[in-house]
Amino acid sequence: MRSFTYERPGTPAEAAAAVARTPEAKFIAGGTNLLDLMKLQIETPAHLVDVNGLKLDTIEPTPEGGLRVGALVRNTDLAADPRVRKDYAVLSRALLAGASGQLRNRATTAGNLLQRTRCPYFYDTAQPCNKRRPGSGCAALDGISRTLAVIGSSEACIATHPGDMAVAMRVLDATVETIDAKGAARSIPIAEFHRLPGDRPEVDTTLQAGELITAVTLPKPVAGTHIYRKVRDRASYAYALVSVAAILGKDGSGRVAFGGVAHKPWRVEAAEADLPRGAKAVTDTVFADAKPTHHNAYKLKLAERTLGAALTQARA
Amino acid sequence: MVGASATAALAAVPSAAGAQPARTGEPVLAKVAFTMNGQRRELELDTRTSLLDAAREHLHLTGSKKGCDHGQCGACTMIVDGRRINACLTLAIMHQGAEITTIEGLGQPDSLHPMQAAFVKHDGYQCGYCTPGQICSGVAMLDEIKAGIPSHVTADLTAPVAVTEAEIRERMSGNICRCGAYSNIVEAMTEVAGRRA
Ligand SMILES: Cc1cc2nc3c(=O)[nH]c(=O)nc-3n(C[C@H](O)[C@H](O)[C@H](O)COP(=O)(O)OP(=O)(O)OC[C@H]3O[C@@H](n4cnc5c(N)ncnc54)[C@H](O)[C@@H]3O)c2cc1C
Ligand code: SF4
Repeated sequence: MRSFTYERPGTPAEAAAAVARTPEAKFIAGGTNLLDLMKLQIETPAHLVDVNGLKLDTIEPTPEGGLRVGALVRNTDLAADPRVRKDYAVLSRALLAGASGQLRNRATTAGNLLQRTRCPYFYDTAQPCNKRRPGSGCAALDGISRTLAVIGSSEACIATHPGDMAVAMRVLDATVETIDAKGAARSIPIAEFHRLPGDRPEVDTTLQAGELITAVTLPKPVAGTHIYRKVRDRASYAYALVSVAAILGKDGSGRVAFGGVAHKPWRVEAAEADLPRGAKAVTDTVFADAKPTHHNAYKLKLAERTLGAALTQARA
Repeated sequence: MVGASATAALAAVPSAAGAQPARTGEPVLAKVAFTMNGQRRELELDTRTSLLDAAREHLHLTGSKKGCDHGQCGACTMIVDGRRINACLTLAIMHQGAEITTIEGLGQPDSLHPMQAAFVKHDGYQCGYCTPGQICSGVAMLDEIKAGIPSHVTADLTAPVAVTEAEIRERMSGNICRCGAYSNIVEAMTEVAGRRA
């Protein structure tokens, strides 16, 4: 691991300023993704700004009837919050389907949103990877791509966003709140937070350098059965091959987002009117522009069937 | 964590922090103080030192094991401020003022923690390498159930959580046992859970 200096500021503005001011600085929250990548020299910050002292660890009601989740709220606490369990069950379910008890106790809301891909070639520093080393090529294109993206990918990168929480946040229309080094706040709709790889796969999100996430805001609760179904290689403690976050009525109407299929949670609102007609009607539209590899074409059928299972669950 | 006051936090800042990043790859030292197994410890560490390495290499508490060093196996599980975490994926200097319990602090050969005794009784191991992590994780896991924290297999998110074999297995999925002693591990944990209830 490269050596680094460390500081622990007390306010969000100081933290944002510290990262903006120091070359090659990064925030560290739970550390469960960043330290993993630092040990492999995939991330090599020269300075760490510890955000654990910023007091961004509460969940507060908003005037609009929603919830404002602090950036430092641990995944365990968010999943277990009585308001989230009752009114945003899709979010509790997505969090509980991710990682392990130990990891969820450390992992934070902001860190979870910013976790990097689990593409095996991104992790293998002996392989070319445009996301890890821009311009070096993409080993996944001719490699084993069964876990990788089927839609929204580019010639430069076919990685997925691997997380579960963000898929639920997408179906809930959450908003990411940030402040920058000058103290200016902004709100980013979750749909615009993660970006597609295009020709700059090294950039995962629309955050600016030094921009600090302060909270994620959930709008007022959406009625219906809240469902998160995750299909993976083993029953627990594995990333999604395909996941479905849905809020559905008895007649099947509602909304749905897919995980494990793209560089961001994948939701096509225009297809949702077809939900009462069944899964295939929806996935035909949602995945109309899919470009799977021969290793991961199975994900299209799997997405349809996983949505089908969610619809059955909602109608029961 | 009450210890994370502004002044306590300052102690973990290396003198050079914030000013000059470590350009040449020279080690950067920082001070940290926490309580491990009831004993106050003050250390000056390379900032890169994980909590696991601080315990094993600097405090010579080698009960916590290094398996994968990437948060995948759970052998390094410690209880920090009442919660189980992977000690390999956290920096020691991030734990200024923390209360940390390792397997050595749970119990000793002449005063076993009930979970340690149950592992002996039910043969919850073969080689024993994952055992300290399993036991620390199991103790904190039962506290999580008691606190009403749901899991992936909890059918009703708004109802109280029951201690079932399915719950224990799901909640312990972050602790891998390559010998495959899982069924005996579940028996040990079920017994301790029953005794507590
Ligand atoms: C073995 C293993 C299995 C896992 N399985 C799953 C799984 O099944 N599903 C799943 O969803 N996830 C899984 N994870 C990933 C886990 O959810 C993430 O590691 C975790 O959510 C990251 O949160 P953190 O707070 O530890 O982030 P950190 O590691 O501290 O930070 C991650 C990134 O976010 C940045 N950052 C942190 N806070 C802020 C902020 N406030 N503002 C701006 N930037 C910030 C950091 O600079 C860094 O770049 C797994 C991880 C491991 C190790
Ligand atoms: S798919 Fe993306 S992350 Fe994976 S090797 Fe190619 S460029 Fe790297």
